[in-house]
Formats: sequence, C-alpha cells, structure tokens
Amino acid sequence: MQAGSQDRRVELTRALRDAGVTALLAFGLFLPLIGFETQQNIRNELILTTRLPLLFTIVAIVGVGRLVYSLALDPWLKQRTMRPPQATPSAWRAPVAKWFIPFSIGFVIAYPIIVVAIKGLGGAVKWVDNFGIQILIYVMLGWGLNIVVGLAGLLDLGYVAFYAVGAYSYALLAKTFGFSFWILLPLAGLLSSFWGILLGFPVLRLRGDYLAIVTLAFGEIIRIVLINWVDLTNGYAGISGIPRPTFFGISFNANDDGFAAVFGLEFSPIYRTIFLYYLILALAFLTAFVTVRLRRLPVGRAWEALREDEIACRSLGINTTNTKLTAFAMGAMFAGFAGSFFAARQGFVSPESFTFLESATILSIVVLGGMGSQIGVAIAAIVMIGGTEIMRELDFLKQIFGSAFDPTQYRMLLFGFAMVLIMIWKPRGLISSRDPSVFLKERKSISSDLVKEGHG
Amino acid sequence: MVAASDILLSVEHLTMRFGGLVAVDDLSFQARQGDITALIGPNGAGKTTVFNCITGFYKPSEGRLGLCHGDASVWSELEALTDSGKRSVTRGDGALYQLERLPDFLVTQQARVARTFQNIRLFPGMTVLENLLVAQHNRLMLASGYTLIGILGFPSYAAAERAAIDKARMWLDRVGLIERADDPAGDLPYGAQRRLEIARAMCTEPVLLCLDEPAAGLNPRESAELNALLLTIRNEYAISILLIEHDMSVVMEISDHLIVLDYGVKISDGPPEIVRNDPKVIAAYLGVADEEVAQVEAEVGL
Repeated sequence: MQAGSQDRRVELTRALRDAGVTALLAFGLFLPLIGFETQQNIRNELILTTRLPLLFTIVAIVGVGRLVYSLALDPWLKQRTMRPPQATPSAWRAPVAKWFIPFSIGFVIAYPIIVVAIKGLGGAVKWVDNFGIQILIYVMLGWGLNIVVGLAGLLDLGYVAFYAVGAYSYALLAKTFGFSFWILLPLAGLLSSFWGILLGFPVLRLRGDYLAIVTLAFGEIIRIVLINWVDLTNGYAGISGIPRPTFFGISFNANDDGFAAVFGLEFSPIYRTIFLYYLILALAFLTAFVTVRLRRLPVGRAWEALREDEIACRSLGINTTNTKLTAFAMGAMFAGFAGSFFAARQGFVSPESFTFLESATILSIVVLGGMGSQIGVAIAAIVMIGGTEIMRELDFLKQIFGSAFDPTQYRMLLFGFAMVLIMIWKPRGLISSRDPSVFLKERKSISSDLVKEGHG
Repeated sequence: MVAASDILLSVEHLTMRFGGLVAVDDLSFQARQGDITALIGPNGAGKTTVFNCITGFYKPSEGRLGLCHGDASVWSELEALTDSGKRSVTRGDGALYQLERLPDFLVTQQARVARTFQNIRLFPGMTVLENLLVAQHNRLMLASGYTLIGILGFPSYAAAERAAIDKARMWLDRVGLIERADDPAGDLPYGAQRRLEIARAMCTEPVLLCLDEPAAGLNPRESAELNALLLTIRNEYAISILLIEHDMSVVMEISDHLIVLDYGVKISDGPPEIVRNDPKVIAAYLGVADEEVAQVEAEVGL
C-alpha cells in the first residue's frame, strides 16, 4: 500500500516535470511566433505589439495537454497494447465496407437537393459552391495526381502547372474565338496532356528527389510565364469576363432567354451553381471511372509495375519511356479538365490561383489519402478542403478570442498538425492497402508493407 | 566463325570496359538451339556483365551479339546486317537480331530474350497472378488497342485477358504456386520467389531464357526441383537456356555446354565432362597459377 502511493507520487512528480519542460519549450517556441505582432499605424509605421494573453493560453494548453497525456492517455495506450489482439474483426466492418461507396455516391448526387431543402434557394448557394464544387475540384485533381504519384510512383510537385494550362486554354480560346465550353473541355485536356508529355521527356531519366525538383521548377516556370507574358495572359491582372458554360445553349442569366425564364422559374444564382456542381461531379466520376478501368488494363498494371521495380519492367519488354509518358499525360489531362472547369466557374483566372501551395495541397491530399487509393484521396480532399471552408464558418470563435481573430489564418497550422498525426498513426495514408487488379479465386487486399512507393 | 547449323546466340569479341576496368575481354562463344549453356567462373569474373550485355542493360564497348529466330540459314545475313547498321533483318523463314543494337526492352519484346536477376526482382506489392500478367504486357497492350479498346470495354480485350490468365495459370501449375496466385509476391518464401521469377520470364514467350544464379539460396531439395523445371522448359517447350550458376550440382547435372570465365577472359569452353577436368578451370577455382595445380590438389586431397 505504502509502495503504491510512493509509486504514484513519483509518477506525478515525473508528469509535472514533463509538463513544465514542455510548457517551457512551447513558451520559447511561440514567444517569437505568437507573442509578438507587428501592425501598421495610420502613418504606415510598423509598431510592435505583444499578444501575451494568447501566448499564455497556448502555453497553458500545451502544458496541460502534456500532463493529461502522461497521467491518463499514456497508461491507457500502454495497457491497450498489452491486451491480446482480437481474433475476429468486428462484425460491423463488412456491411459498412459494402454500403459505403453506393451510399457516398447517392449522397453526393442528392447533396444540392438536400442543401436547398434545408437552406432554401438563397442560402444554398454558399453551401453548394464552397463545400460542393470546391471540394469536388480537389477530389478530381487528387484523383488525377494519384495516377502519376500513386500508381506510377513518379513524384510530381508541379501538378498545378497542368491545371493552369487547362484554365488558361479555356480562358484564352473561349474569349478569343468564342468556342463553347463543351468543345474547349476536351481541347483543354488535350493541351494539358501535351504539356504533360513535354515535361515528361526531359525528366524521364530522373528519379526520386531530382524528379521532384524538376517538376517543381516546371510548375514555377508555367506560373512565371503566365505572369510575364502580358500580351497574351494580361499578367498579374489575369483574364476576366470568361464566357460561362451554358445548359445546352441556354445561359444562366436574368434575361428573357435565360435558364430561369425558359423554365418558368424565378431567377436565382443557385441554378448555375447546381449546374456547375453536377458538371464537376460528372467530371470527377469520369476521372474515377477511367482510373479504375485503367488499373485493370495492361497500361495500369505497367504503371504499378513501374512503381514496384523499373528494371524488372524493362526485362519484361515494357517500354518504360512510353509508360511514364502516358502516366504524365493522363494525369495532366484530368488536371486540364479541372482547370477549364475552374476557369468557367470563376469567370476569371490569374496566376495567383496556380502557386506552389496548390501543388502542395493536391499532393498532400494524395499522400494523406493513401497513394493509389481512390476513396482515401476523396476522404482526404473532403477533410482538407472542407476543413478550410468550415473554418470560415466558425464565427462564434470571435466572441471568445476577440473580433480580430480570424480562424482561417490557422488553417496551415491545422493542416500541419493533421499531417503529423496521420503520419504517426498511418504513415502510408488513410487507406494504404492495395486492391489487386485481378484475381483467380479470392480478392485479398495487399498490405502496405509490401507495396513500394516508387523511386520517382 | 558462324558455321554450325543450329546456333541460336553468337557472341563475338565481346568487350566491356568500365573506365579503366576491363570487365569482359574479347569474349566469344556460341549457344546452340535447345541447349542449356552454363556460364561459370569465380566471383567477379564478369558473368553478370555478359548477361547485362546480352539483355541490353549494358551497351558493350566492342563486339557483336547475334541471335537468330527460326531457320539457322538466316545467319548468312549477319555480315550484311552489320554493314547495314540496322537492328534486325527478317526473312520468310526466320529473323536475325543484333542484340547490342537493341534497347533493353526490345531485346525481350522483339528478340525474345528473357532474363531473371541475381537478386530477385519481382513486383512485391502485386499478386503472383498480376506479376505474370505484367509479363504479358505487350500482347495484352495490343489486344487492348493501346488502351483505347480496353477502356471502352470491348469483349475482344476480355477474351485476350482470359487467355493471358490461362497462360499464367498454366505456369503457376508448373512451378507449384497455383495456391498462392492471389497472394502478394513479396509474401512468398525465397525459393518460391525464384520459381515465380522464372515463370514470369517464361510468360514473355522467349526463345532464349537467361537465368542469373537461379539456385542461389536454395536448399538441396529445391535445387533438385529447379533442375527438373529447367529440363522441362528445355525439353517440352524447346527453349534454350543460358545460365549463370555457382551450384555445381545444378551446372554439371543439366548443362549441355559450359563456358568458364576468369577475370573477364574465357578460359574453357566445352561439354561438362571436359571442362570439369580442365586444369585451367581447376586453377581458377582454387585461385592458384596453372603450374601449382597438381601441388595444391595433392595438399587439399583432390
């Protein structure tokens, strides 16, 4: 009994000391980051102000968090690992896995209707646009990049370049020649995949880090050309007044021949938004369908084989040059589709939409979701992009932290935090096991320990 | 030089230099159709370099590597082919390839030379069956109309894939891995991985199968099974085999012809019973000069 309380006291002292050290570290780290702030006064002078309450709140959170971890969470985790593993997987998994995909597809199709039913015509625009369309664009980009990074194992840090090519192709061709969206959509895809092949050629011999650096540079080159070729692209100012897509020739405006008037409805911007939602949904489904199909075709198997072992591929008579180029071209084509949709939706494009941060976001969606996994990538896109949008909705936080508090400013911090957590908990992404493309008797998913990540 | 009527592969004056190092020095040999030809020699003799030259992974510094398909009379075209600068010549009754002019993947795709690797190179994250389907890539690619027909889901591709799976199943049966067909290749035990690599190479439908130390790491029972498998490949499918091997029980038992390399130079060439007693070979393996062989043999009791 005596020894027990002695033990507990030692444990408590240790936990307190740990928490103190952690809080001190947090103080040292956050003092320059959060403790000070520069602001401009009326005469445009920078003045240094301190944010000590915020600093101490964060330090306290870190310290208490560490205390809770060492006193409660850590013993619980240790105890859990001691327990023998359960022999049978829990019963709810199989039906969930079976119904998850049909349910999700049904939900995304019904989503605008549900939103309109809840929020009404006027209030639904924001929810369909910011949460529906915005997320679906990134789902599609994630699936497109997944072909290059997840299947073929080629690390591409400049994926946004192809998105930009698609967007500018649509913007320029639609404004200059007045072609319709439906002609320019495949054309933008074609032009993007052409640029994909163009990038592919010089980087064929590069692997791993070197490939990543060159693709990164390619992304920057495209962006800087867009900025500096003012005659064509109008530089930083961007291109505005891009024609919007029409519903079989009926445009979404308040005129007498507009969508609302033709169908005898009262004019509302929601119709265009819903139309765009279903458009990007169809494009995303097309991407998913083509990718699933390609995985079961020889070219898809060759991509995965390339990721596993390039030399073995060559010894089996596979032309690795062509295989890599098709991966680049396919990935770029979907980015081109997404880009032309982006331009058509915004009605405005500028180089600022195609920064490295976009590439990094798309890549992190693919990595967090699990390279090669369609569902994982979709979930990661919903969490990351939806998470950013949700933060705009957290207005009540202003009542706690004051009116100057802007939750969206913290999204990178939360991204980083989410990424660290995922990498600890599931280092190969949310859904890391690989589904074989063909089977003889029984489809067994392959553990991520065996699946290679590719060398570039 | 090229006289015999049944020659499949003719290596002439093959030299491979890496900077100042001469890994293979003026090597010439021939492999006959339907033979198991073994390339042996101490470690570092240049055997794998020869393999890499034949299979296109290295471009030889000098030399000519001829391979014939079909009737051996196409060998008469060799000089004309060399002068023309082309990669290959095709006639009604056969074809002739100059392997040193082909990039690595065409050596397999067109000249139909398949190989395995000293350190096994499977696709560990793909199933055993998928490994064998990747090996049939070129035929399936054609059947899928370079993806176009396949993506639209035409039945002609489905039929081609079924045929490919049947072929894979046949080879899995042959190497005793049919029960593991849906398991990832990386999960197989070592000996099974070796057999799978051979089956995968066979799925490319080669005329010449190059095996780089297929018995390395196998226990005696597995070695015996390997011997049986290689003899089946030669006898039933009439496929010639070129073999690098250290395991003398494999080499002496199944090879028809031996070539011994030491420091990149050929020191012996002939049927096993002659090579086995060649003093130069014994000297090379014991690591002594020729004239000391008798003395060393006496010492070690050979």
